[in-house]
Amino acid sequence: MKIHEYQGKEILREFGVPTPRGVACFSVDEAVAAAQKLGGKVWVVKAQIHAGGRGKGGGVKVAKSLDEVKLYASQILGMHLITHQTGPEGQVVRRLLIEEGAQIAKELYVGMVVDRVSQRVALLASSEGGMEIEEVAKHHPEKIHTVRIDPVAGLDAAEAARVAREIGVPDAANAETVQILQGLYRAFVEKDAMLAEINPLVITADNRAIALDAKFNFDSSALYRRPEIVAMRDLDEEDPAEIEASKFDLAYIQLDGNIGCLVNGAGLAMATMDIIKLYGGSPANFLDVGGGANKEKVTEAFKLMLKNPNLKAILVNIFGGIMKCDVIAEGVVAAAREVSLKVPLVVRLEGTNVELGKKILAESGLPIISGNDMADAAQKVVAAAGGQK
Amino acid sequence: MSILINKDTKVITQGMTGKVGQFHTFHCKSYANGANCFVAGVNPKKAGEDFEGIPVYASVLDAKKATGATVSVIYVPPSGAAAAIDEAVEADLDLVICITEGIPVHDMVKTRYKMQGKKTILIGPNCPGLITPDEIKIGIMPGHIHKKGRIGVVSRSGTLTYEAVGQLSALGMGQSSCVGIGGDPINGLKHIDVMRMFNDDPETDAVIMVGEIGGSDEEECARWIKANMKKPVVGFIAGVTAPPGKRMGHAGAIISGGQGGANEKLAVMEESGIYITRNPAEMGRVMQKILKG
Repeated sequence: MKIHEYQGKEILREFGVPTPRGVACFSVDEAVAAAQKLGGKVWVVKAQIHAGGRGKGGGVKVAKSLDEVKLYASQILGMHLITHQTGPEGQVVRRLLIEEGAQIAKELYVGMVVDRVSQRVALLASSEGGMEIEEVAKHHPEKIHTVRIDPVAGLDAAEAARVAREIGVPDAANAETVQILQGLYRAFVEKDAMLAEINPLVITADNRAIALDAKFNFDSSALYRRPEIVAMRDLDEEDPAEIEASKFDLAYIQLDGNIGCLVNGAGLAMATMDIIKLYGGSPANFLDVGGGANKEKVTEAFKLMLKNPNLKAILVNIFGGIMKCDVIAEGVVAAAREVSLKVPLVVRLEGTNVELGKKILAESGLPIISGNDMADAAQKVVAAAGGQK
Repeated sequence: MSILINKDTKVITQGMTGKVGQFHTFHCKSYANGANCFVAGVNPKKAGEDFEGIPVYASVLDAKKATGATVSVIYVPPSGAAAAIDEAVEADLDLVICITEGIPVHDMVKTRYKMQGKKTILIGPNCPGLITPDEIKIGIMPGHIHKKGRIGVVSRSGTLTYEAVGQLSALGMGQSSCVGIGGDPINGLKHIDVMRMFNDDPETDAVIMVGEIGGSDEEECARWIKANMKKPVVGFIAGVTAPPGKRMGHAGAIISGGQGGANEKLAVMEESGIYITRNPAEMGRVMQKILKG
C-alpha cells in the first residue's frame, strides 16, 4: 500500500528525520493560507499523487510570492498529471503539499528495501540524488552503496557514518545524516514497509541534512497490525476495479487486452495470461479467485471482468485441488445466469471432481465452450474474442 | 528413494485443530502411508485431546519427544505463523513446511535470521507443500493427480505445479517428489537447493522447474545447473505478460527496479542448457520428448 509524500514525511518526523516545514492542502485558498502561515519568501507547491516523476510532469513548482503560490496551486490542483508511472491518461491531483523552500547544496539518495538474496533489510545510498535509483543502478552501479542490516542489532551508527561519507555528505552534516539513516531504518521496520525512499536527501548551504521527499510502500500482509497506516490509504489513487476486487478477497489487476481470465492460483493465473498471448490474443486482466472460491466470489469475479468495456470473451481456467470442479462449475453457471452473460465463455476444468463439473456445465443449457486442456481452451477463447491481433 | 520425505517420515501438524488444518490433515492422513506418518498435532490449549485419532500436544517439543517426529507442517494463521516456525526450529526438527499465506515480510526476515546456524530446513511459506507419490503427502495438493515415478518437480506456485504434475501423469511420467517452495519474497529452500537434492537423488531422472516473475532465484539456479547438473531440466516461467510494478497475487511475484522479468529469466535459463518452454501446456510434452531422446 502506497501513501502520499506529506504522509511519508509525517512518519519520518515521528522517527526523528528532519523535513521541511509543510502543510497538506485540498484547495487553492488553503494553499495560500498555508504559505502565509509558513512565512518566508520561497515556497514549493507539490502535487500529491502516488506516482513518481511529478517534477518532470509539471507537478512541482517553486513560488516566489503568494500570488505565485495561488497561481501554481490553481494550475496543479485538478490537473491530470502525467508521469512515466501514471500511464497516458495521468492521475488527477486532489491534494497539494505547500512547503518552505530549501537552500540546496547537494542532492543525495537513500532508500530501504527488503533484499531477497540476503533476506535482510538493505540500505541503498547514492551520491546521485534526484535520479531514479534504477537508472543509477543501470548506468553507474558503482555509485550505489549497500548495507545489509542485522535485524537484531539494527543499523550500526559507525556503518551509517561510513555510508554517509561515501556518498559525499560533508563532515559537518554527518551526525544528522546518521540520525536520518537510523530513523529511516526504524520507520521501515516498525511500520512494516516494503520500500522507503528519501530522494532527494539534501544537504543545505548551511550543512543541514533534510528529507526533501518521502516515498513509502507498505506490506499489505502486515496492515492488520498497522491501523495508523491503513488510515492513510487514499482510494482516489487506486484502480476502482482493484478496490472492488479486494473487498471480495480477489486478486485482480486490469490489463489492456480483451480476454478476461478467471483462474485459481496466482502462478496459473499468470500462465493463463501468457498462453492467451502465445496464441495471439491479449489478456484483459489478472484474476486469482484463490483456494476457497464459492458461488458468490465467482459471481463477483464475473461482474468485475464485465465492467471492462474492452471485454470480448472470458476464459475460466481451474485446476481443482482444494477447490472442487463441481463447486466451481455451479458457481460459473449461476454467475453466467445472474449477469446474463453476452460474451463467449470458455471453461477449462481439471482436477478434483472434474467429470461432475463438466456435466454441470454441459447440462446448464448455457452456450459454454468447453476447453479440453489449457492450450485448447486458450486457442478457443482467442478465436471467440475475434481471432489474433 | 526421494528427496526430503518418504513413507517413514513422522510429521507434527502445527495448527491441526483449526478449520484449514483439520481439512488438510484429514486428506494427508488418508493419502498412501499417511495414517502412519501424521503422528501429532500441536495446540497449547488442547493438549491431551485428539483429532481423527492424532494426539494433540502442548508444544512442538512435547510432540517431538512423545512421537519421535522430525518434520512439521504449519497451517497457523499469518499473525502467528512465523512464531510457529521459530518453535519448530527451536525444537531442532529436520524440516518445517509452512503452508500459511500472508505472513508479514518483516516477521520472516527475523525468523530467517534466527534460523542461521540451526539444522532445520524450511519450505515455504505460502506454498502447497511437498509430496512423494504413493508414500506421503504433506500439504494441500490434490494427491490423486500424482503418479509414482522418476521426474522431480520444483515450483514457486501451487496450481501451476498441479498443472505440470497433471501433464506428466497424463503422459505416463510419474514423479519422484514434487516440492512447492512458495510465492513469498523471503522463504526457505530456493530452486537451487531443491535442484541440488534432485541431482543427488538416484531415483530422479529429470526435473521440471517452474518459476515466476520476481527476484533472481531462477537465474541463480540456472547458473548452478549449467555448472553442475547431470540431469535434464525443463523450465517454464509464469508472467511474460505481467506488467512491471504490480504484485501478481503472490507477494514475491513483482517486477521491480527493472529486475525479475520473465523474459530475462528465460534467457538465462536457456543459456544454461535448460529446455525452456514458453507454453505452460507443453511442460509435460517437452519432458517426454527429451526422455525419448
